[in-house]
Amino acid sequence: MSRENVMKSRAIPERMSGNEAVSFAIRQVNPDVMPAFPITPSTEIPQMVSTFIANGEIDTEFIPVESEHSAMSAAIGAEAAGARTMTATSSAGLALMWEELLLAASNRLPIVLTLVNRTLSGPININCDHSDGMGARDTGWIQIYAENNQEAYDNYIQAFPIAEDPRVHLPVMICQDGFITSHAVENIELLEDAPVKAFVGEYEPEEFLLNPGKPVSVGPYSVSAYAMEAKKAQEAAMERAGEVILEVGECFGKMSGRSYGFFEEYRTEDAEYLMIIMGSAAGTAKAAVDLLREEGHKVGVLKLRVFRPFPEKEIAEAISRSGCRAVAIMDRCESYNGCSGPLGSEIPAGLYRNKVMTQTVNYIYGLAGRDFTVDHVRDIFAELEEVAQGTMKAPNHKYIGLRE
Amino acid sequence: MKNTVEIRWHGRGGQGAKTAALLLADVAFKTGCCVQGFPEYGPERMGAPITAFNRISEEKIRVHSNIYDPDYVVVVDETLLHSVHVTDGLKEDGAIIVNTAKSAKEIRPLLRGYKGRVLTVDARHISEKMLGRNFPNTPMLAATAAATGIMSREKFLREMEASFAHKFAKKPEVIRGNMAALEMAYDKAEIDMMRTTGNSSGKKAGKSSKEMKRSA
Repeated sequence: MSRENVMKSRAIPERMSGNEAVSFAIRQVNPDVMPAFPITPSTEIPQMVSTFIANGEIDTEFIPVESEHSAMSAAIGAEAAGARTMTATSSAGLALMWEELLLAASNRLPIVLTLVNRTLSGPININCDHSDGMGARDTGWIQIYAENNQEAYDNYIQAFPIAEDPRVHLPVMICQDGFITSHAVENIELLEDAPVKAFVGEYEPEEFLLNPGKPVSVGPYSVSAYAMEAKKAQEAAMERAGEVILEVGECFGKMSGRSYGFFEEYRTEDAEYLMIIMGSAAGTAKAAVDLLREEGHKVGVLKLRVFRPFPEKEIAEAISRSGCRAVAIMDRCESYNGCSGPLGSEIPAGLYRNKVMTQTVNYIYGLAGRDFTVDHVRDIFAELEEVAQGTMKAPNHKYIGLRE
Repeated sequence: MKNTVEIRWHGRGGQGAKTAALLLADVAFKTGCCVQGFPEYGPERMGAPITAFNRISEEKIRVHSNIYDPDYVVVVDETLLHSVHVTDGLKEDGAIIVNTAKSAKEIRPLLRGYKGRVLTVDARHISEKMLGRNFPNTPMLAATAAATGIMSREKFLREMEASFAHKFAKKPEVIRGNMAALEMAYDKAEIDMMRTTGNSSGKKAGKSSKEMKRSA
């Protein structure tokens, strides 16, 4: 991808679901290989891609496999061979890939996985929460979350230039909320094929298995005398990924008019109370903030987009900059650690390390598809106000929208 | 949200309520609106009660929750009136549109005191007459478009015809019947709306229903 001469694209107004939007992006990227196994709510993606292939619109090699474990194994093989490879999954499908997720990252294979977030069992449930993505948070994958179909589409196009950058060489997970985003038809502005193709570029790996001129081995045993250095090198790549994500996000803006950073600050400038939230619920939170602002409440939303690498310093700076009195940290996932969700532990740790001592309250919401509404956001901001004024003791790890 | 019409669909799995919501989003998009069309997924099975939702607005829609205070409720299967609280949160200045052969007067006692407008469309009859089979979602879609007034009759029919031409490219013979079903349901709902508007009040109609309830 050329960062200097980015081709501008006309916006094509359309309406489609999140799954359709990502499939449309896949058609534009035309990856070399897609191994996949169907699982709700991501099933439509391999279905639609298969249709594109059958219609001769793309020449991706689709590999039907017998499980997600095999899907990620085949993705690793294909990517190591030098092919641009992607797959799609959800929930238990991602869980079954777990062993391979770590191999993909440690072998530095820039595979792109589109994750349609769905809860993990049990109870068995098909609806959205972030427990699948969060379960894979320490597997070495870059993770980017979307608020809506537009962001799922935009993030997907950015995934390849991020993953394949020589400074990074890590796999990327592009996440969207199951059903809420994946199955809802909404407006979207698509981009033209040619600029997208130019933006993503041709995949030219420096080293790959099917290169007789430069033989390499992938995934060998490493003795303790060397293995730790490999892990440190992988960690360093994740640290470098941050700058690449920002570069690509800015370039994407030149093409589309929509730039992206680690997170979006919505009406945070003079906010007294902030909510940090990821995914589709961020839209609901923004709508609530607009209503509350009209009523005179100084509230704002920090929508986290990039979860891995974790932009802890930038989040701390944003909170410090806003000068807010209290922050609600929203987790659509349980950690079962007895004290907090994943964001509920990582964000306060980052604040502490960066010496920002703002009061935080961790809330758990939306598990297994439990609806999250504008009224919930109102209640949370009202609670934050009371906590900051000292009329209420700060709750922690509090569940929102629970049946009584 | 300002300038936003919110619609909640009640149907049974397999009747096409979800498809109708997506089609309405589609046709509203084509007339330049910001749209959302989405179903609520439960344990999907034929015949189980399902809900689907529409938001249609002049502005960008950001809320991603279900709809609890709809402007309109559409009931694709009237047997749901006995088991689902379809009027929950329904705005009194909105309307409920029910697929039934009965009159609004007969339906109102089943609506748990709802005082707004009640429109009835015999979608089964229309569908069987025009299409030869019971596809209630097509007439219900037309009735909803008429009731909400989110686009003109001409625009609605023109866009739907284009959709059908695409959808039924391989069996164009069904397009005419579908269009006739749409027109019939649209006109019935429009007349009903004008009548209730002429009365100037869902509220007035509501009162009479309360009286009716008491006497029953």
